[in-house]
Amino acid sequence: MVVPARGLYFESGIRRRKGQTAGVKSLSDELVRMEGIEKRFAGVHALRNARFDLKAGEVHALVGENGAGKSTLMKVLTGVYPKDGGKIFFRGREVQIPDTRTAQRMGITMIHQELNLAQDLTVAQNIFIGREPRRAFRLFLNEKEMNRRTAELLAQMNLDIEPETPVSKLTVARQQMVEIVKAISQDSQVLIMDEPTAALSDAEIEELFKVIGRLRADGVGIIYISHRMAELKRISDRITVMRDGSYIGTVPTESASIDGIITMMVGREIYQPAMPDPGKKERREAVLEVRGLSRKGVLHDISFSLYKGEILGVAGLVGAGRTEMARTLFGADPVDSGEVHVHGRRVRIRYPHEAVRHGIGYLSEDRKRFGCLLEMDVQTNMAMASLSRFMKFAGWMDDRRMGEAAGKAVERLMIKTPGVRQRVKFLSGGNQQKVVIGKWLIRDCDILIFDEPTRGIDVGAKSEIYRLLENLAASGKSIVMISSELPEILRLSHRIIVMCEGRVTGELVNDGNVTQELILKYATDRSYAVRQGGPG
Amino acid sequence: MKTQTEGAVREGARPDGAGRQPRIAFRSGLQQLLAFGSLIGLVIFFSLASGNFFQFSNIVGILLSTAVIGVLALGSTFVIISGGIDLSVGTVMTLCSVLAGVFITFWGLPIPVGVAGGILTGALCGLVSGFAVSRMRVPPFIATLAMMMIAKGLALVISGAKPVYFTHTPVFSKISLGSVLGSVIPGFDIPNAVLIFFLMAILGGILLSRTILGRYTFAIGSNEEATRLSGVNVRAWKMAIYTVTGMFTGVAGILMASRLNSAQPALGMGYELEAIAAVVIGGTSLSGGKGTIVGTVIGALIMSVLTNGLRILSVPQEWQTVVIGFVILLAVYLDILRRRNA
Repeated sequence: MVVPARGLYFESGIRRRKGQTAGVKSLSDELVRMEGIEKRFAGVHALRNARFDLKAGEVHALVGENGAGKSTLMKVLTGVYPKDGGKIFFRGREVQIPDTRTAQRMGITMIHQELNLAQDLTVAQNIFIGREPRRAFRLFLNEKEMNRRTAELLAQMNLDIEPETPVSKLTVARQQMVEIVKAISQDSQVLIMDEPTAALSDAEIEELFKVIGRLRADGVGIIYISHRMAELKRISDRITVMRDGSYIGTVPTESASIDGIITMMVGREIYQPAMPDPGKKERREAVLEVRGLSRKGVLHDISFSLYKGEILGVAGLVGAGRTEMARTLFGADPVDSGEVHVHGRRVRIRYPHEAVRHGIGYLSEDRKRFGCLLEMDVQTNMAMASLSRFMKFAGWMDDRRMGEAAGKAVERLMIKTPGVRQRVKFLSGGNQQKVVIGKWLIRDCDILIFDEPTRGIDVGAKSEIYRLLENLAASGKSIVMISSELPEILRLSHRIIVMCEGRVTGELVNDGNVTQELILKYATDRSYAVRQGGPG
Repeated sequence: MKTQTEGAVREGARPDGAGRQPRIAFRSGLQQLLAFGSLIGLVIFFSLASGNFFQFSNIVGILLSTAVIGVLALGSTFVIISGGIDLSVGTVMTLCSVLAGVFITFWGLPIPVGVAGGILTGALCGLVSGFAVSRMRVPPFIATLAMMMIAKGLALVISGAKPVYFTHTPVFSKISLGSVLGSVIPGFDIPNAVLIFFLMAILGGILLSRTILGRYTFAIGSNEEATRLSGVNVRAWKMAIYTVTGMFTGVAGILMASRLNSAQPALGMGYELEAIAAVVIGGTSLSGGKGTIVGTVIGALIMSVLTNGLRILSVPQEWQTVVIGFVILLAVYLDILRRRNA
């Protein structure tokens, strides 16, 4: 094993770490302990007496609703926020973590939901960024050495990735692996993973879990933040629950039940899943008819109908073209051919504002980028699709009426906010999502396209959104709901269309006989693309 | 750090619309206080440093010299809040004054018509920039750089590279230098240019904070794609925003021509940068979504108080520019510090 001259470098990556050689696998080895952590933001008590501890070689899950303080606690640990009170111990010694660099040096690394890789650099360049091996009096980069060592690291993790591949060519899952390898190569002993599986397919999740297993065996402590209960049950050793900025409890995963954890998280009863009422759709009016919607290389001859008061689930794997279909339908992306009929009339939708004019609203899967104006307040966000309705004369805004309408929507949607003037960036994810829904309610759209309406939202808010969708449908709105969570599709949809590779491959009436397996069959079976291309 | 602030809102819902303070003013209140404080600080400093500074005539001089840049800056505030930039305001201003000169002196049109023509020229240039930005998707920096050159060239071509004088219409210079206020309140001889500047500021403030145009300006600057996906015809509104900027530029052109009693086709280059500087000192973010008219007014005043004060203290002009450069750096740095702590 060639050891480079600079002490900064790891040796074989994960085998040996600074200051210790053996015994890391003992579960009693405490890596981190946080006690009585307090944090306040401008009048909001975000963390009260919060607590957390992490042992070497364990996966410790941290759960809680959005707004429970998980991220805030982790930001205190990684030095993003200074704490207002409490103590942090690292390997038994009390430490101060005033900034992110200190945390980094101690070996505490966060793998973010939004990955932090330079897309145009190669895997190796990303892993060694800022500490590249040099040669010839340290004047020149030693790319060869860098690639060689990267290959070694990747091999240790059993990852089949080329060091010289540009990161932009990798899938999100692969990029995440690169992030993890980068952290490990920097001698990280504490890895914080925030919703690591949110964007991954099942196969990719398996790969991630294998990597996590290897890290665990090497004595790395992993803090695992996730909303997916089944996953926690599989991967974690202990589960800590937070609520309203406070510590609620820690349980060993073996003895924990999913229901028990959820009750701890929400502290209230959860809306129990039930089958949707299939309704009597034979004689219903078709509010939206799509015929042969196509976009070169993306969508092929998409046809479906949406009836009044119906929730139409759109299922499919990642990359099946569901979001693209929604965006094209809404006029956000160009369309090559196809017809759209709204309330029986053929319409032309080239821009989002034309879609909105025909009573179609769209809720994006990425609410921070495409849904909310984070810097603006709740009422402006909610009125954004219907500003012209809140004018007195000649463009003069009627803020009072706008505030009242927003206030009503806030009440109806049970949005947690100090007021309609609160800036949206200070709301939790679930509440931000409700603000976007409120935007279309105020606009009074008949046809709502919801793209992953519960993505990144905690269990409690999820069931609230389910109930909301049902109420909307019951009140005569028609909803197209794209979701990657099959239980969600089965739970809510009256009918389901399944997409695969830009085609509608199946159309199902959710009469109780539809199973996840059946949907998956349509979502993967390419032969259906040929047979069921036409109107369903 | 673009992650959401988890747990920031844990109080019970108060959907009654708590707090009725004017949204815009409240938000950048601190920055404005800071900018206003610096302005007062500068005035006190120069007053103590030289007895000549705090004289009625000198204060009027400062205000008068602020008027043109000030109106340009007011217009620039709109594009900048929308996340764009307009580099053409300096030379478009010149083109407007040249055309006003052509209409009034060469064609003999009545003064109000000539003035309206000048302002419309500005609006038209803005519309063209807006078209290039929103329809042709040319980046604002490039589109308005092109407009800057087009306007500069046109001003020279139309005027034959010679100044156009308003010799037959002495009343024209009264637009800037006359004093309506002085005739109402004897002795209070504030030139009209100053009055127009403040009226335009009030108009700009109303447009920005009370009208649908202003709402969309902030929305587009805050997140253009989310605004588009809310069903807002972003392209049309962007053209409107650039047109408003152009209209303010036209007004500045009239003020300029009237003050010099001539249209100088070679002037104008560089004014756009001073206008942008005033906007930035006033706390408007170049990345869009944030800013105020009051801030811009204060920003413009800070620049001219500095220039005037330093001149009174006999600081050479070259050094005045250096000082202003540092002031811009300082103003933006303070703003960044404030945001980091917010």
